[in-house]
Amino acid sequence: MTDTRPSFDPRRAVQLMSSRGHSGWLGMRYSAHGDDWVELELPWRQDLLAEAGGKVLASGPILSLMDMASGMAIWRAMADFSAIATLDLRVDYVRPAREGANVFGRSQCYRVTRSAAFVRGFAHDGDADDPVAHIQGAFMKIASSVPVGWNG
Amino acid sequence: MAEAGHIDALTPYARSLGILVDRWDGDIPVLRVEFDATVEGRPEHYHGGATGGLLETAGYGVLRAELDRLGRTAVLKPINITVQYLSAGKSRTSYAKGRITKLGRRSANITVEAWQDDPARPIATAVMNVLMADA
Repeated sequence: MTDTRPSFDPRRAVQLMSSRGHSGWLGMRYSAHGDDWVELELPWRQDLLAEAGGKVLASGPILSLMDMASGMAIWRAMADFSAIATLDLRVDYVRPAREGANVFGRSQCYRVTRSAAFVRGFAHDGDADDPVAHIQGAFMKIASSVPVGWNG
Repeated sequence: MAEAGHIDALTPYARSLGILVDRWDGDIPVLRVEFDATVEGRPEHYHGGATGGLLETAGYGVLRAELDRLGRTAVLKPINITVQYLSAGKSRTSYAKGRITKLGRRSANITVEAWQDDPARPIATAVMNVLMADA
């Protein structure tokens, strides 16, 4: 079968979204993607730490990373760049990220209904078999007159 | 006024994001963040991650303040957070305030609300579990 879906290119979308705003401030980068998943990279940075004098990234930026990766995974799965809004997002922090390590966030959209989309995923610091966090979330499709492209 | 221990609740990440202690509501810090490019998602709206960061910081803030009040010292580590997004954060100041639902010896359960104009109409809420490890 030929894939006739209109393409949503996460690589280009990350470049666009990370040129400004919160994603730009965090410096999020494209890492990888599949048909229904997207992985982004959050570079380690001194001013994103959980403790002064520490070396471990705070959990807030990981929430942002997973939110953005999840939105993109949904656009991949829907093959549609329409407006979506996060309903809820749960993050289980199973271990701290290694000191000085960049964090990768991979989210998969495993189900899309008429009005909702569901994601699950994880964050890791280099080894996808040893995650630092697991996530799950629900998003709503929204009818909106605002420009699409930034879930928030 | 904020005491030294209370200010410790603001992590380098929180300071970098522009989160401040707006005021104290009794023993509870009320945090705020101004709208600017740092927190912006789609144009003129908060990014969900920035709202989540504000909620999480307010959760740590109320827990740190309460531990200080009780004379307890602990290293706080996140176990999990669940954020519910209720309405889009618009381009103005956001506030957040936490409440400790259960304070145990090793873990705490905290509920947090964020709002903009009206505290009775939160834009997002969160529930967090935090581990309190020996300092």
